[in-house]
Amino acid sequence: MQYRVLMRVNGRPVERETEPRTLLVHLLRDELGLTGTHVGCDTSQCGACTVLMDGRAVKSCTVLAVQADGHEIVTVEGLADSVDAALRYGGLHPLQEAFARAHGLQCGFCTPGVLMAGADLLSRNPDPSEADVREALEGNLCRCTGYENIVAAVRLAAELLRERQQAGAGRPAAHAAGGGD
Amino acid sequence: MIAEAFDYERADSLEAALAALARRPGAKVLAGGHSLLPLLKLRLAQVPLLVDIDGVGELGGVRVEDGDLVVGALARHRDVADSEAVRRGWTALAQAASHVGDPQVRSRGTVGGNLAHGDPASDLPTAVLLFDGVLTVASGAGLRQVSARDFWLGPFATALGEGEILTAVRMAPLGDRAASAYRKFPHPASGYAVVSVAAAVRLDGEGRVAEARVAVGGATYVPFRAAAAEAAMVGVRPDPPACREAVADLFAGQEPAGDMYASADYRAHIARLYAADALAAAGAAAAAG
Ligand SMILES: Cc1cc2nc3c(=O)[nH]c(=O)nc-3n(C[C@H](O)[C@H](O)[C@H](O)COP(=O)(O)OP(=O)(O)OC[C@H]3O[C@@H](n4cnc5c(N)ncnc54)[C@H](O)[C@@H]3O)c2cc1C
Ligand code: FES
Ligand code: FES
Repeated sequence: MQYRVLMRVNGRPVERETEPRTLLVHLLRDELGLTGTHVGCDTSQCGACTVLMDGRAVKSCTVLAVQADGHEIVTVEGLADSVDAALRYGGLHPLQEAFARAHGLQCGFCTPGVLMAGADLLSRNPDPSEADVREALEGNLCRCTGYENIVAAVRLAAELLRERQQAGAGRPAAHAAGGGD
Repeated sequence: MIAEAFDYERADSLEAALAALARRPGAKVLAGGHSLLPLLKLRLAQVPLLVDIDGVGELGGVRVEDGDLVVGALARHRDVADSEAVRRGWTALAQAASHVGDPQVRSRGTVGGNLAHGDPASDLPTAVLLFDGVLTVASGAGLRQVSARDFWLGPFATALGEGEILTAVRMAPLGDRAASAYRKFPHPASGYAVVSVAAAVRLDGEGRVAEARVAVGGATYVPFRAAAAEAAMVGVRPDPPACREAVADLFAGQEPAGDMYASADYRAHIARLYAADALAAAGAAAAAG
């Protein structure tokens, strides 16, 4: 059986015929060439395959492509564009920038998944404590870093985001258009 | 890993889902997929047809109705864990939901799927049993109500018949001067409960226990209410030593199960410690108002 799916991936509409058993991660990697989303375990444990589905972090090895029909997916390739240009630096999302600055990765295999889980956290909690970050990353395994720098990088990203949002809010008329008052 | 091929149908109403299940023997409901898809991928299960109920709006939501908490089958673990109303009035349920897997699992997994799967190591059945939940089950013949005490029949066996759909679970409030708490001893690798305990305490005007409830999960093939411990709590002040004494007979009439990771004796020991802790926490929260 083939099933037609229509979803938005990184802001662009995507339409495909797919077998119902196709996993979302395979549609992303093999059909769309978005190989930034990794497969570490394929058994829902490691979080390397984490993407945002309607803004929430999910493990794309445990979602069927047909379940994503009608939904909004963001992968690591779309992370930077998911925020306002004024919040980016060198084309990077603050999370990506912070991981580079705070050495939040070694081999980098787990990193795309960690970034997406971090993005879900920061969308709900602009100032997470160390414990908040560790809890939010419970579903992401890293074999290299020992997590210390990952946690520091997510907190640095939160700080960068807050700073830039405040700076943005202070800029005259930058975002005031249509605000009413 | 790729599952054996199956057909897929998306239902946009409860009626359509029931009809689709009835048309195809062996067809299964797909909710969050976080128990079913791992089984299909490992080819431990095989299905001719999955009926996806994710789009059935009437099955979603967490709401308070005439004072009772009504959790729709499609409510995600995350929605339950984050709900202010649940955290305040049905604390043990919110805590149980926040202990399920990890954040990604809680984004997708549903309450209905968790209850219907019937895994003895699941978190939510223990909490639903604590609150004397009433489960609504739909079939072609209409709706029926099943009490939590009658819903789980054995490992992965429930009162759901072929082609039936769990639509919601309803839980009455504990009342004034009452509170609840959940404690879980997770398996270090899988994160599932080796033992979990949900407890609730209601106090009288003098700060003594008027009513206590204890539900134990993970230690037996289906979660159970520890009647002897509940009775032993009545009339006492719920401080830690009194709670430890009250749970001495936690397993009265029950047979704790052992496995490669935890022997039956070890499970029973841990369950008593966690039950005393959950009771004391519920008692303290009830006293604090
Ligand atoms: C990595 C990982 C860790 C996990 N850790 C835990 C944990 O610590 N504790 C825990 O409790 N759970 C855990 N789970 C399981 C998780 O809670 C599942 O989400 C849940 O058990 C099943 O819900 P679902 O919506 O995903 O159901 P599905 O997988 O879609 O369905 C599960 C079963 O229930 C049936 N079903 C689903 N909905 C209904 C319905 N409304 N009516 C009738 N039948 C229905 C399906 O046909 C299927 O047989 C974990 C899962 C994963 C992948
Ligand atoms: S590849 Fe999906 S969780 Fe590991
Ligand atoms: S950086 Fe290598 S696995 Fe995390």
